Amino acid sequence: MLRFILGRLAVLIPTFVGVSIIAFSFIRLLPGDPVMLMSGERVMSPERHAELMHQLGLDRPLYIQYFDYLGGLVTGDFGSSIVTKRPVLVDFMQLFPATLELSLCAIILAICLGIPAGVLAAVKRGSWLDQTVMGAALVGYSMPIFWWGLLLIIFFSGYLGWTPVSGRISLMYFFPPVTGFMLIDSLLSGQAGAFKSALTYLILPTIVLATIPLAVIARQTRSAMLEVLGEDYVRTARSKGLSPFRIVGIHALRNAMIPVITTIGLQVGVLLAGAILTETIFSWPGIGKWMVDSVFKRDYAVVQGGLMLIAGIIMLVNLVVDLTYGLVNPRIRH
Amino acid sequence: MSLLEIKNLTVEFETSSGLFRAVDGVSLSCDKGEILSIVGESGSGKSVSMLAVMGLLPWTAKITADRMAFDGKDLLKMSPRQRRKIIGKDIAMIFQEPMSSLNPCFTVGYQLGETLRFHMGLGRAARRQRSIELLRLVGIPAPEDRLSNYPHQMSGGMSQRVMIAMALACNPKLLIADEPTTALDVTIQAQILDLLVRLQKEHGMALVLITHDMGVVAETAERVQVQYAGQKVEEQPVKELFRDPHHPYTAALLSSLPERATVGGRLPSIPGVVPGQHDRPTGCLFSPRCTFATDLCRRSVTLQPPSLGSALCNYPLVGGVPQNHPGKTAALAEERA
Repeated sequence: MLRFILGRLAVLIPTFVGVSIIAFSFIRLLPGDPVMLMSGERVMSPERHAELMHQLGLDRPLYIQYFDYLGGLVTGDFGSSIVTKRPVLVDFMQLFPATLELSLCAIILAICLGIPAGVLAAVKRGSWLDQTVMGAALVGYSMPIFWWGLLLIIFFSGYLGWTPVSGRISLMYFFPPVTGFMLIDSLLSGQAGAFKSALTYLILPTIVLATIPLAVIARQTRSAMLEVLGEDYVRTARSKGLSPFRIVGIHALRNAMIPVITTIGLQVGVLLAGAILTETIFSWPGIGKWMVDSVFKRDYAVVQGGLMLIAGIIMLVNLVVDLTYGLVNPRIRH
Repeated sequence: MSLLEIKNLTVEFETSSGLFRAVDGVSLSCDKGEILSIVGESGSGKSVSMLAVMGLLPWTAKITADRMAFDGKDLLKMSPRQRRKIIGKDIAMIFQEPMSSLNPCFTVGYQLGETLRFHMGLGRAARRQRSIELLRLVGIPAPEDRLSNYPHQMSGGMSQRVMIAMALACNPKLLIADEPTTALDVTIQAQILDLLVRLQKEHGMALVLITHDMGVVAETAERVQVQYAGQKVEEQPVKELFRDPHHPYTAALLSSLPERATVGGRLPSIPGVVPGQHDRPTGCLFSPRCTFATDLCRRSVTLQPPSLGSALCNYPLVGGVPQNHPGKTAALAEERA
């Protein structure tokens, strides 16, 4: 087991190097530089520009800048923001709980709806229910996430006025963050109505972010379930006189979960990518919005460091998923 | 009264190109403590008729029968819930592919215990004890250790033993074995057959053995029913069947046994294949492959009395000679003389 984990961690090293090169070079391919964007509308003399670039160390050859950044990563230093001068890691730790809260709620929603929907569609194959579920999944999967978010805002916030448009909680409430999760913190604060407020702010972004994973999980569950329901061991379970609920829910589902778990693991990447759009639409103060703002400001250090941290999280989650796989499938215990 | 009684069972499947009749008017009865064997080639509807009894056919199957009763109770009139109380308890079934018939995600102990919990309501300790007892009964060494095994950790023969143990869990009155040895090595085949026959005797249960292997029939069965293309073509006690088959199909099956072939000669085979959905002949279904077929056979077929094995044939064989056959009787009699 330990050997397996160490082996998997060793494979991550070249991946990290690859991500670091991409993060470093792609942001520099964009026209403009941080100094130019900081100066804004004001006109800056070329001398002053060169002076500031020199101060930031951005006039050095690219390979030196890269190894400087890589050296920092190895020692756990993710650099400091060019704009705010705060360490990247500190900002990340402060903003990440917001993204984590949103992503967790989204993936929980996607799992809780997607798996039952997929199972029902498979069991009632060919029925109107199956066709409705699969049709909805196809629409959900194909819909551009920013457009879907805007539609929901227009309808629920604008037309019906049920939910707020942006942010994490109403301005009427203020309390210091304890866990960083607004739902938990609002409960801990003891302020009346705070939890409800946090919840109404969370609903729409969660739905938007959950849409694609939900569609993927439902489709994957359905196809895995259809395959499993035709297996000999399902016939054996039926020949024991077990209830249909037990045959589908225990004997078939356990086997169908094996590919579904892999799919859920892959959705973590989709979630973090989706979070960038969702957080921007809903002004959700998480790392997605932080990354987008940093790209616009050409804050090289934040984009590089932030990408490395996000990549690290995705790889870690995939490792955990691989370990969970063994729990469900006895044939590949390590 | 027989334990299992089926009259005129027909099973049809809805396919994209119309209805396919897999079982065509089959009747069958099996008494308490009896071994009945159903023989026939692949596609003769042996398994399908038994799956219909178990209620295990997919929803595309349409089942009709004049009567389908187990232990005096009409299976067709039961609700699915009532039927599930009998299935797995009083009627149990084992299948052809033991390796894929066990659920790969659960331990042997869990899968065995499930039946005991739902039909007998046994507690955890009692289930474990009974499971060990069952595994010992089917000849599995160190049963205590096997309980925590997963199916992939066992061989085919071992898996089939576990399947048999699972089937026997609630002391069924009827065990249906669907080609239980086909997927196993020859040496293991004999062991599993011996085990089935021994358990059948010890527990006094009825056994319906589905097979395409006449050798297996000779070794185990008491009464034999021969099926062809979804129809029952002959029914006789095993000794009589082997001595004097009345249907040309049975005779052809028997003569293709290697044990019966003359030394050095070519092993006889039946030309052609079982008709499918699109090449179903009129009259006798065996007529395209039968050496005695006449124009009458291609139009219609007669059911013979039980004294002639209830053979579904216009010219049933007696002593290898087709009765009342317009052409061949004289020639054959001459040949034999």
